[in-house]
Amino acid sequence: MKLYWKYFQIHLKSCMEYKASFILTCIGQFLASFNIFLGVYFMFQRFTAIGGFTYHEILLCFGITLMEFSLAETFGRGFDMFSDCIRKGEFDRILVRPRSEILQVLGSRIEFTRIGRMLQAAIMFSYGIYAGDVDWSFSKILTVVFMLIGGTVVFSGIFLISASICFFTLDSLEIINIFTDGAREYGRYPVSIYGRRVLILCTFVIPYALIQYYPLTYLLDKGKPWYGMLPLAACLFVLPCLLLWKYGVRHYTSSGS
Amino acid sequence: MITLEHVSKTYKVSKRDAGFKSAWKSFFHREYEYIHALDDVSFTIQDGEMVGYIGPNGAGKSSTIKILSGILIPDQGLCQINGITPWKNRIRHTRGIGVVFGQRTQLWWDVPVIDSFELLKEIYQIDTASYRQNLDRLTEMLDLAQLLRTPTRQLSLGQRMRCEVAASLLHNPGILFLDEPTIGLDAVSKLAVRDFILQLNKEQNTTVILTTHDMLDIEALTKRIILIGRGRVLLDGTIEDIRRGCDSTEEALAAFYQSHGI
Amino acid sequence: MEYRKYTAFFRLQFSMGLQYRTAAFAGIVTQFVWGILEILMFRAFYQTDASGFPMTFAAASTYVWMQQAFLALFMPWMMDNEIFSNIRDGNVSYELCRPVDLYQMWFVKNLASRLARAVLRCMPILVVAAFLPYPYGMTAPADLTSFLLFLFTLMTGLAVTVAICMLIYISAFFTLSPDGIRMAALCVIEFLSGAVIPLPFLPDNMRKLISLLPFASMQNVPLRIYSCDLSGSSMQHAVCLQLIWLLLLVTAGRQLAVLALRKVTLQGG
Repeated sequence: MKLYWKYFQIHLKSCMEYKASFILTCIGQFLASFNIFLGVYFMFQRFTAIGGFTYHEILLCFGITLMEFSLAETFGRGFDMFSDCIRKGEFDRILVRPRSEILQVLGSRIEFTRIGRMLQAAIMFSYGIYAGDVDWSFSKILTVVFMLIGGTVVFSGIFLISASICFFTLDSLEIINIFTDGAREYGRYPVSIYGRRVLILCTFVIPYALIQYYPLTYLLDKGKPWYGMLPLAACLFVLPCLLLWKYGVRHYTSSGS
Repeated sequence: MITLEHVSKTYKVSKRDAGFKSAWKSFFHREYEYIHALDDVSFTIQDGEMVGYIGPNGAGKSSTIKILSGILIPDQGLCQINGITPWKNRIRHTRGIGVVFGQRTQLWWDVPVIDSFELLKEIYQIDTASYRQNLDRLTEMLDLAQLLRTPTRQLSLGQRMRCEVAASLLHNPGILFLDEPTIGLDAVSKLAVRDFILQLNKEQNTTVILTTHDMLDIEALTKRIILIGRGRVLLDGTIEDIRRGCDSTEEALAAFYQSHGI
Repeated sequence: MEYRKYTAFFRLQFSMGLQYRTAAFAGIVTQFVWGILEILMFRAFYQTDASGFPMTFAAASTYVWMQQAFLALFMPWMMDNEIFSNIRDGNVSYELCRPVDLYQMWFVKNLASRLARAVLRCMPILVVAAFLPYPYGMTAPADLTSFLLFLFTLMTGLAVTVAICMLIYISAFFTLSPDGIRMAALCVIEFLSGAVIPLPFLPDNMRKLISLLPFASMQNVPLRIYSCDLSGSSMQHAVCLQLIWLLLLVTAGRQLAVLALRKVTLQGG
């Protein structure tokens, strides 16, 4: 843990060296997901609701999902950009050091510029709460915290999968974007609106619904209270991801780069 | 002690020809070829030896170094370094080795060198007392005092290389792998690095394995040479075995390569 | 003889685009999923309030599939990063050593790489989409004229897109490392071209304004001509506007390119 803190400091220092570029990139990030927000906004100029959810409820959903994703991206970026790491031969450097590979890859990139998106997420979330009609209680606040934790873990797990694939091929990576960028973009609406089949996929295969839809319905008093605990169950998703990673490292060392 | 016994390694690489038509063809059908990077390679290196590991490009040098570092698992053969098989005990093994890649830096680009060093201290879990001691010693031997507070990106190549070498020795490894350490350096820096390595070997009895195309480095630093070509050890001896009385080592080496068809 | 140079560039870039077959397959699958999710989203809105839809649901589905199929043609962010780094490092001056017109060379290169990527992806997506059940799939074009007009405006739309990209490349000569600014510009362009939500979904007064901008002449025109969403006099206006913008953008681009190169040769990049 001390090592991770060291990585954190060094990235912070590195970031501060390029203040102007940092701010510009933050703004760029903000605008990228602002585009998606505009899409939502204009659709709701025409339609009052989608799948039973009103505009403010959607903002809540979008806010939380975006925050989960941005957190995962800030800290898990090392895995997201892992193809670069392999291409430049930096993973060899990692293997030559006497520490866990996962820790080193996590530490290789910490992206503070995602704060741009986090800001947008926070704004949308706050507005959703303010204009909406959420009946707050301690368990609901806890649910939000669980959602953030669970969401970050699930997205990080997906980054782990995408990084593990890099060990086998550097070509097919785009497919993973479905699960990362796709989740960020289409996660702006509760997964239920996409239909039953998608909902089932997102509950049992990749637990998006557990970190977004079900706890959301609890927050909006449309669902059962124990839904609020589901994000924690979603954390188990990271276990098969870790297995895949270990398998990938093994493959890398036996086949050479 | 380093031991390699009958180590072999083969790679599978996809073939691709040039041209528009081939691009279409390869789209639908991939062909592969097998490259025998290492073929029954064996040698032993004692503690404190300084060995030059040379050969033409594509001979299998990097594959050997990767196996010795624990990054690559050979198809066949045994390897033991100080009683450990490198790839089986990666973390324990890497505590005792230092690697310098000439072409790539292990220092963080935008922050002062000393910050990179502090991070390495944490990575190798060096206790503060040893760290201080090593750092002071390395700073003195490599004349780094002025450089420590400078961001890596502002250093010249020669300055950066001295810092790289220091970085790889902070944790006092018993074995040092040097991969093209003096490439692109001016004469003064080259001499500085060479002198340092000689001193290191004398004082700390560090085993040094040097991979380079610079024959002057080899002549200055190493007594023993292992020459590898097309995956096989062609020579395990001294510089004299190649030179055989010729004046220029480079010419003798080129003739040697030619005579072995590599 | 002049043309041979540029066809050579074209072929090279095209073959490069064809090399990555697994990447192409992965890309097709990705886009397919994107398309499905997008259509499901539209369906959810449609089920809430069908009257709010400015086009038929089938037309919306067709728009989505076409957008996915021809993504490589129109997406502004598919730019050649090598050009940017060459400008930044000053290596662009080496390009000047060759006896080619820089604007034309880059224009042709961009055209080729976009076409190569589109060619790979569009057929599988369109074919599968055609077999999807109505109204989720692609519908056939209304008649031959609109289909031919669609093909024509597809190409001109591509040219407009590349012309806009050229302006972005050239702007890099005049500003220093504007990664954030470029991202901002690309986001704005993406929205105004109808890639985030199709332009007919925007409020009327906004839409009228946006249709006058060059970005509406990128994918918006051909895709809507195909599904007959644009027809009659408004279609004629749109096509004319597209051609006018193409002319303006290319002329502006060439002029700025001349200025930029003058700057480079004077200052040494």
